[in-house]
Amino acid sequence: MKKYLIAGVLVVAFVAYLIFANKSAAPVATGPTGSPSATGPTSLPPTSTPAGTPPAAIGTYKDGTYTGNVADAFYGNLQVTAVIQGGAIVDVQFPQYPTNGHSGSVSATALPELKQEAIAAQSANVNIISGATQDSQAFQQSLASALAQAKA
Amino acid sequence: MKQTRFLMGMPIAVEIIDPQAREAVFDEVFDYFTHIDEKFSTYKPTSEISAINDGILAASDASTEMQVVLAMCEETKQQTGGYFDIKTPSGKLDPSGLVKGWAIWNAAQLLKKKGFENFYIDAGGDIQPHGQNADGKKWAVGIKNPLNQSENIKVVYVTDEGVATSGTYIRGNHIYNPRGGNDPVNEIVSLTVIGPNIHDADRFATAAFAMGAAGIQFIEQLRGYEGYIIDTNGTATITTGFEKYTDADR
Repeated sequence: MKKYLIAGVLVVAFVAYLIFANKSAAPVATGPTGSPSATGPTSLPPTSTPAGTPPAAIGTYKDGTYTGNVADAFYGNLQVTAVIQGGAIVDVQFPQYPTNGHSGSVSATALPELKQEAIAAQSANVNIISGATQDSQAFQQSLASALAQAKA
Repeated sequence: MKQTRFLMGMPIAVEIIDPQAREAVFDEVFDYFTHIDEKFSTYKPTSEISAINDGILAASDASTEMQVVLAMCEETKQQTGGYFDIKTPSGKLDPSGLVKGWAIWNAAQLLKKKGFENFYIDAGGDIQPHGQNADGKKWAVGIKNPLNQSENIKVVYVTDEGVATSGTYIRGNHIYNPRGGNDPVNEIVSLTVIGPNIHDADRFATAAFAMGAAGIQFIEQLRGYEGYIIDTNGTATITTGFEKYTDADR
C-alpha cells in the first residue's frame, strides 16, 4: 500500500513538473521524440580518456580505420571504431552502442537553479565505489581490439 | 567477509560484516543473480525474455516473475514521461535497465531474511547497503570520476539508501574525440542517484540520464531522492538535499 502511495506521489510530482515546464519553457520535448542535440555529434574534452585504455601515443599506430569486437555492456552491445591518422587516434566512433530508454531533452531553462561545482578528486577512504563501469569496460575492451589491429 | 564474481557482464561484490556469514550464503546470492541473468538476459537465446522477443512465448503466458518485471517497467515508463522505455528501436523488449537494480534489491532482501544486518551488494557500481560498515559507521560510497576512472570525486555516507550511477561515454553514435573538439560540451557523462533503495534509485537514474542535462531537475522533483550529475566539462550539478549525504556524521 505504501508503495502505491509513493508511486502516486511520484506521478503527481512529475505531472506537476511537466505542466510547470510546459508553461514556462518552450520548446519542451516531454516524450520520447528525441532531439538533434541528443543524437548529433558531441565531443569530450581531452581529459576524458578513460583510465586503462591502451596508450594512444602519437605515431604508434598505422593509419586507417579499425573496428573492434562487439563487447557486452550489459545494457546493450558496444562496438568501437578507431580512426588513425598520422599514427594517432583522431576519432572514435560507435557502430553499436547501448540505447536504453529514449534519448531526448527537456528544457531546463525555467527550472530552479541548482548548485554547481567543479569536480575534484577526493582522497577520503571509501567502502564501495559507485560508477557506470559496464559501459567503460566494454568501451576499453572494444577499443583495445581495434587498436590491436592498428599496431604498426 | 567479501566475495566478488563476474556475472551479468559485470563484477558483483557482496560484503557481509556480520560474523555468522558463511560461504553458502554468498553462493545463494550469486545463484540468484545467475538465475536472473538466465531469465532476463536478452543476449541468451534460451532466456525467457528471448522467448518473448522471438515470439515463442506470449508475454501473458510468461512466468509471474517476468510479468512483475514487465509491469514495473510499464509503471516506470508512466512515472518518467516515457523516458524509461524497454522497447528497443527494433520493437523488442529489453528490461535490463530495471532488472539490475531490482535484482540487487531482492538479493539484499534475501540476506536480511537470513538475519544479516550489516552488508552491501554492489553490482557494477550500483549499490544496496544495509546497516553499518566494519567500523560501525555509515557506509562510505565513493562516486567515481567519469572523466578519470581511477579517482573518486565525492563521498556519500549511507545506511540503507540505494546508490545508482548511470553513465556512459556514448551519447549518440559519434561522441568521443581524444583530441578535443569545438562542439559545445554540456552533455552529461555521469548521474548518481541516492534513493530509498537501489531498485528505485536505479530505475530513476536510468530515466533521468536519458533526459540529458534536465535529468537532475527530474531527480530534484522526486521526494526522497538526491542526485549528482556531471557534464563533459567536469562540472557537477547537485540537488538541494544532496549535501546531507556528504557529511559522515549526519
